[in-house]
Amino acid sequence: MYMGCFLRIVLAASLVAACTGTTDGRHESAPPILVSAAASLSEVISNVGRAFERETGIRVLLNVAGSQVLAAQIIEGAPFDVFVSADERQMARTIDAGLIDIDQTFELLSNQLVVVVPSDRLGTVTHPDDLTDALIRRVALGDPEAVPAGVYAREYLKEVGVWDSVSGKIVPTRNVRAALRAVELGAVEAAVVYRTDVATSLHVQVAFEVPLESGPRIVYPIGVSTDPQNREGAARFKDFLQSPEARRLFEASGFVSLLGLDTSRSHFPE
Amino acid sequence: MSELLQVTGFTVLMATLATLVMLPPGIIVAWLLARREFAGRTILETLVTLPLVVPPVATGLILLKLLGRRGPLGGFLEVVGVDIVFTWKAVVVAMAVMGFPLLVRSARAGFEQVDRRYEGIAATLGARPLRVFWTISLPLARRSLLAGALLGFSRAIGEFGATVMIAGALPGARTLSVAIYQNAELGYDTAALSLIVAAVAIGFVAIHISNRLGTAT
Repeated sequence: MYMGCFLRIVLAASLVAACTGTTDGRHESAPPILVSAAASLSEVISNVGRAFERETGIRVLLNVAGSQVLAAQIIEGAPFDVFVSADERQMARTIDAGLIDIDQTFELLSNQLVVVVPSDRLGTVTHPDDLTDALIRRVALGDPEAVPAGVYAREYLKEVGVWDSVSGKIVPTRNVRAALRAVELGAVEAAVVYRTDVATSLHVQVAFEVPLESGPRIVYPIGVSTDPQNREGAARFKDFLQSPEARRLFEASGFVSLLGLDTSRSHFPE
Repeated sequence: MSELLQVTGFTVLMATLATLVMLPPGIIVAWLLARREFAGRTILETLVTLPLVVPPVATGLILLKLLGRRGPLGGFLEVVGVDIVFTWKAVVVAMAVMGFPLLVRSARAGFEQVDRRYEGIAATLGARPLRVFWTISLPLARRSLLAGALLGFSRAIGEFGATVMIAGALPGARTLSVAIYQNAELGYDTAALSLIVAAVAIGFVAIHISNRLGTAT
């Protein structure tokens, strides 16, 4: 009879699921750590994670998304050990929720904004004023209401006085990489992304770099969970991020290390 | 490659679990709707169909707010030490809720097609209601139940909106559709493409099996 046969198959499969589905990291002796990292860190954090695994034998699981998505997940109860945000605002949300101890946070990295265009349209934009040109019909940014790269980009475009004429053609994206992709696919004429993102795409060229002095100060803070799943692993990963090896990997990808500079605590907005 | 196998296997397992979870309540609700008159029947009918009509993302957000750390159920779950949101359990919940209406609709039609006379005869021969259900109604409706379970399973395999809200793309809770979206969004087209191939292959096998079952008697 079908019913019985089908049910038996389903039951057997579910038993297998119950036995295997819950044992993540079953090959390792030490439990893995879960690192939630901003989208712009995607490649470099997996390199750093691999280096950490080699050194300690502790496996690193990555959750990579826009920082505002990660913060929202953490606030709703998502498991994590270490959070690397692309701005202080998203880190502050998790601190306010009591899920990250402010004393366990520090400024890890900095970055720089660039304006990018499709490779075959190089020369169409060389100055922020060019973004207001009618030829530039759409400009992709991380959602300027929440995505750190978008928040920085809006701040910059306001600073140089073109925001009011550009805001009408903004295409907001869920993370900075999606803005980069929009240019790559030719869906928009320009985007504001991080300098470090550009290396990940073949079809995108830097139109101009935002001078550090006229752009907003970009900070990637790191925080450790107040209730980590693997306390020792989280602490060791935090230390590893400050090691010369991690610093070399970050700098090789174009990030600026903020360690060793003045590390006095930055001001977190309420 | 390992991501491909892991994600594909995980998705099939979760959809199977979800089907198993929705089967008992689905059969009960379908039978009630087909055979019983009671107060609130139309309300129940509407509630059960709702996830088909409401945007999946909205269903996901409602589930997240209910089961999340600060939600009414989540607070209780935290006290008893059960984590649901952003774990594999959240995937099962999302898949089961979204597949449930399809199972119930199909199963209900199956029960309605069962000739009431057989149930009546069994009852006059002294069978108690539970026994009538177990030995007459359930076996006679089995084709529709099976079809409903397969529909629910297929819906679960492709579920995206509710899953991405309540389970995110966290390692250990990443289904095929969420992983495809995640890879495409971050620009890893090759990885997304290989996952799409897996999704198509699963769909092909599922449709093939359900067609075979449909023609066999």
